[in-house]
Amino acid sequence: MNFPEAFRTAVTALSANRLRSLLTMLGVIIGVSAVVALVAIGSGAQREVTQQVQGLGSNLILVFQGEIGGTSGPSISRLGLEDEEAIGRVVGDPSRVTVTATSAEEVRAGTAATRSTIQGVDENFVGVFDRELASGTFFAGTDVDSRRRVIVLGADTATALFGGIDPVGRQVSVTGVRFQVLGVFEAQGASFGVSQDQQAYMPVTTAQRLFGISTVDGFAVKAAELDDIEGIQAGILAELQAKYPGVTFSAVTQDQILGVIGQILSLLTAVLAAIAGISLVVGGVGVSNIMLVSVRERTKEIGLRKAMGARRRDITLQFLIEAVLLTTIGGTIGLALGIGGSMLVDLLSPLPAQVVWWAPVLAFAVSVVTGVVFGVAPARRAGKLDPVVALRSD
Amino acid sequence: MTTPAPAGDQPPAVELRDVVREYRTGGEVVAALRGVSLKIDNGEYVAIIGPSGSGKSTLMHIVGALDRPTRGMVAVAGQDIAKLSDTALAELRNEHIGFVFQSFHLLARTSARDNVALPLVYRGLSSPKRRAAAEEALAAVGLGHRLGHRPSELSGGEQQRVAIARALVGEPRLLLADEPTGNLDTRNGQEVMALLERLVTERGVAVVLVTHDPEVAARAQRVVRVRDGLIAEDTATLNVSTQGASA
Repeated sequence: MNFPEAFRTAVTALSANRLRSLLTMLGVIIGVSAVVALVAIGSGAQREVTQQVQGLGSNLILVFQGEIGGTSGPSISRLGLEDEEAIGRVVGDPSRVTVTATSAEEVRAGTAATRSTIQGVDENFVGVFDRELASGTFFAGTDVDSRRRVIVLGADTATALFGGIDPVGRQVSVTGVRFQVLGVFEAQGASFGVSQDQQAYMPVTTAQRLFGISTVDGFAVKAAELDDIEGIQAGILAELQAKYPGVTFSAVTQDQILGVIGQILSLLTAVLAAIAGISLVVGGVGVSNIMLVSVRERTKEIGLRKAMGARRRDITLQFLIEAVLLTTIGGTIGLALGIGGSMLVDLLSPLPAQVVWWAPVLAFAVSVVTGVVFGVAPARRAGKLDPVVALRSD
Repeated sequence: MTTPAPAGDQPPAVELRDVVREYRTGGEVVAALRGVSLKIDNGEYVAIIGPSGSGKSTLMHIVGALDRPTRGMVAVAGQDIAKLSDTALAELRNEHIGFVFQSFHLLARTSARDNVALPLVYRGLSSPKRRAAAEEALAAVGLGHRLGHRPSELSGGEQQRVAIARALVGEPRLLLADEPTGNLDTRNGQEVMALLERLVTERGVAVVLVTHDPEVAARAQRVVRVRDGLIAEDTATLNVSTQGASA
């Protein structure tokens, strides 16, 4: 019996038992679709983070205490406003350095209230981060020096508090302290379903008093040239380490942040894929189980085929093709479900999902191999059946 | 094989010499056959009878090249089956032996035509050739109008006729029929036997008919009675041979 013949026989046998074939495939279907969908979500997250960090601009250096992706937990920052001057000296242009001190607080305007991320920054913020205002102005250096109670709102914060009205010139209160609205930023969009426009910016000095702190979270530096970056990084770290011996600081670029986040997300994706892969193996065990039952159930058929002249390998091939067909069809259905599911997740949920080519290919290949691996034992058992015993099993 | 060669030119369909078949069940050795010698010529029509447990099923399996003897020589179509591999045995069955079973053993959910074509699948014949041969064989058993019917759509007598077509489609030298009328009523049984006898006579096929029904056995040219693993009696009946083979 040649291959097409064995193939036809296998198809006939499977379609004769449609419900059981489908149930057998279910494990493989779930396994493959899970691998495809979870990897899609993982790589979607990676893409999203990459885009976001890339939005920072490649000349940007972020300075903060501790290590990015390090094992140490968060520690209380020891950086202060005075360090900005030192960093400014390293950079050679103080206007290329800005500072940040952050806290989440409730902002009110009349009866409207919203929770937003309050960032204490200085007048250089707009230049360093390339931000555009939709209306009004950003605060000036004098506002920082005099701890003026002025605020610039993110697009969502403005909408939440004032609806369609232009808030410039109006008053908001943060933890009971009144601020005058100077301007509103252009919308930035959302990421992971979290809006990037729920911020509000005030002079860092004002923020320190409001939060009751004397430290800052970190600094951001915009290098004039890409070639300057390494020198600036080294200079800043040397300066800070001289001032705070024994404390670790980081001065990292977008690429370095991307590298670390990429590593973490790749690991996460791999873990997700591995968990889904386990269900593929379980699916394979299911196929093996059903094939064994099928061989037992069809003992008489096997005996008859042998009496008619089927050789051992004819029978083995027939049952092996059945097993591989089961996992291949299951794999195909799983692929369709996984890709469709990923698209739905991307469309309907805040999670981004991106189907990458290797996940469907790998999942499909694994499901085919699963069929071979878990189909061999039952198929060999079928092939080895003694025709006398098989015919007798009435 | 459409024209039977005169006996003597060819090796006999089956020849057994001092055949012993023992089974090991647990620690015990049970002998199903204890020294059987038997020669069945080409075109000969032999009935094997005996009570259950007499060894007649074992004898049939060995004659059908489904099983090998523990000791002794068995030649089917001139080939010593003890010396053949499983694969070679399968090919021997495919080429030289047709089987008809008591419970028909047709593949469910498979058309009459595909059931009949099954032995040719294992012979490696192309699909059009198989179809043509199967249709011809079905026409010969009077079922030319039932090609696409499945076993469940056929009566018992029709199912056994499909099985006979399947047994003969490969032009075997030997047809083994194991209680072929066991699942049929008397009238259908007689019809099936008459059909089978007509076809094997036309084709010069030797028949080994295993039965416990003396009436059915009496149709053969020769009756072999098996008891306790031995041949107790081997007698020619009064039936006239139509082929000039020994009777």
